[in-house]
Amino acid sequence: MPFFESVALALNTIRVQKLKSFFTLLGVMIGVMFLIAVVSIVQGMSNYVENDFAAKIIGVNTFTFRRRPNFNPNTTDDQWREFQRRPRIYAADAELVRSVLPTGNKAAIVNQNFLYASSKLSRPRQVQAIATEAAYFDIKKLVVESGRAFSSQEVGAGAKVIVIGTDIADHLFNGLDPLGREVRIGGMPYTVIGVLEKQGSVFGFSLDRMAIVPWTTPVSRLIQPKGDLQSMIVQGSSREEMQDGIENAREAMRGSRHLAPGRPDNFALETEDSALAFFDGLKRQMIVFGTALPAIGLVVGAMVIMNIMLVAVAERTREIGIRKALGARRIDILSQFLIEASTLSVVGAGIGIALGLLAAKIVSWLTPLPAAVAPWSILMALVLGAGVGIVAGVYPASRAARLDPIAALRQE
Amino acid sequence: MSPQTDDVALSTTAERKVVVQSAGAQPGKDWVIVTRGLKREYDMGGEIVRALQGVDLAIRKNEYVAIMGPSGSGKSTLMNLIGCLDTPNGGEYWLSGQLVSTMKDDELARVRNKEIGFVFQTFNLLPRASALHNVELPLVYAGVGSAERKERAMEALTKVQLADRASHRPNELSGGQRQRVAIARALVNRPAILLADEPTGNLDSTTSEEIMRVFENLASTGQTVIMVTHEPDIAAHARRVVVLRDGKIASDERNQKVTSSLGL
Repeated sequence: MPFFESVALALNTIRVQKLKSFFTLLGVMIGVMFLIAVVSIVQGMSNYVENDFAAKIIGVNTFTFRRRPNFNPNTTDDQWREFQRRPRIYAADAELVRSVLPTGNKAAIVNQNFLYASSKLSRPRQVQAIATEAAYFDIKKLVVESGRAFSSQEVGAGAKVIVIGTDIADHLFNGLDPLGREVRIGGMPYTVIGVLEKQGSVFGFSLDRMAIVPWTTPVSRLIQPKGDLQSMIVQGSSREEMQDGIENAREAMRGSRHLAPGRPDNFALETEDSALAFFDGLKRQMIVFGTALPAIGLVVGAMVIMNIMLVAVAERTREIGIRKALGARRIDILSQFLIEASTLSVVGAGIGIALGLLAAKIVSWLTPLPAAVAPWSILMALVLGAGVGIVAGVYPASRAARLDPIAALRQE
Repeated sequence: MSPQTDDVALSTTAERKVVVQSAGAQPGKDWVIVTRGLKREYDMGGEIVRALQGVDLAIRKNEYVAIMGPSGSGKSTLMNLIGCLDTPNGGEYWLSGQLVSTMKDDELARVRNKEIGFVFQTFNLLPRASALHNVELPLVYAGVGSAERKERAMEALTKVQLADRASHRPNELSGGQRQRVAIARALVNRPAILLADEPTGNLDSTTSEEIMRVFENLASTGQTVIMVTHEPDIAAHARRVVVLRDGKIASDERNQKVTSSLGL
């Protein structure tokens, strides 16, 4: 029995018995659908984390100098107490680090927290207040669409100027030109000098709600009431230069804090890698849990197909008898039913792939989770579909192949 | 006909009235079918049923033979053995010079495909396939390519005057047409023997006559035809009639009427 004939025969069976085929394929369909949806969403997230998130939130080739690590899941109580005992970081420390950085590195002190912004025209709105230096715009690739960013002189002078994101501009000024108008951050009055280009959102967190001010202004006090610094972000022009920067900073800080060799750092120099490592762990967990459930679906799907194929063999005993009488060998009958089972299952997988892609799209529309289709997952789903069919088909097909032609022909 | 005596083999040629010369038959070119002491027993829950108790039968090429007998006489068993659907418990069976009585399943499948064309009482067409596809089936299992298959199947359908019904399914055809499709299917692989099991059992008398004419034509063009039936009217069409009783050949005669009309 040629391969394509068997496939055509199986497709014909599906066409003739649509409802029965639908229920037969339901298990495989659902299994594959969730598999594709989960893999697409996880893939989308990880693409996002690797491309956008790392660049936008953390910055390319950057490291952050801070009191304790920011991305640090599973902190033990002991670790946490150790973090609490660490000395705070002050402007002097930041200046020390800045002084030892290789030339070409950019650095900016960053204090950030969520504060309320208000104007005379609207109700207050929670914003991401960032008290920083002029280099911050450069490091984070922030583009000022109208107006301008603040300068180092303004930072030095503690000028109460502010650059806001489009979301805040729209909310606070409702269509009026915000430039030159007053915004209060945590009650402190600032003059708007620039509006950032629209950036969109990451995981549902809008990047257009930034309010950037010089770190030398009162907002810093609201964020860090003790007068210390939250962090300093440093960007190297290359990865190697960033590594040099980290080493120089570590050496300078250890010297300044009189840490004996062998004692651990009591400050943190954190790169985007630690953030990515954190997300990698998250991704692995999601893949494991996300594929365990579809796997159960596929097993159920295989059992349903096996049952249906057993029924098909029983129903078509006479057909098998006829085929054998006309010269079909065991292998012909075996392969016919195997191909039929795997065609069924591959069709189910195909529908499942389509539904899975749709589900991933819907999820990415309705929720902030992005979705990206991984080509390997589609291929895997098809192979898995065929595999499920073959596994499910072996037993019924071998029963069919062993049928005695005389008994089979006698069957009504 | 012959008295039942246990010590004398009933199938020996000496006992037959109009003797069919098959005693000295050697498996080979002339003799399509040669069986010697063919036995088949069934174990029916501890009780041994002797369906065939040593059948010697030889059929020449181009013969038109009817196998008759009351139910339980073993004619279905003999037909299954001749059709290579079953293997004997004892004795030998040569088909077209090949000893098939010792063959394994898959070899038998190949023999059925190449040497035997089946026509069944219940037609046994695949209900979901077109007439053309039904006729193609033996060629599929013979490994014939798609284009040649279609051509040969169409040719066979034309022979039974059903070329215009090629795309119809069995349930869109009358009983006679279905049996003609079955005959086309049986002939498409140019088998050594056409084996018909009660080919008119499910047909009315007019259609039966029509089908018998088809067999007649085939026989007259040199096709070996073996027909199993319990209807004397149908058997009367054959040139030779073998009667089975209790698993043995009770008589084996030339059909007087046909023979005389043919001037033999």
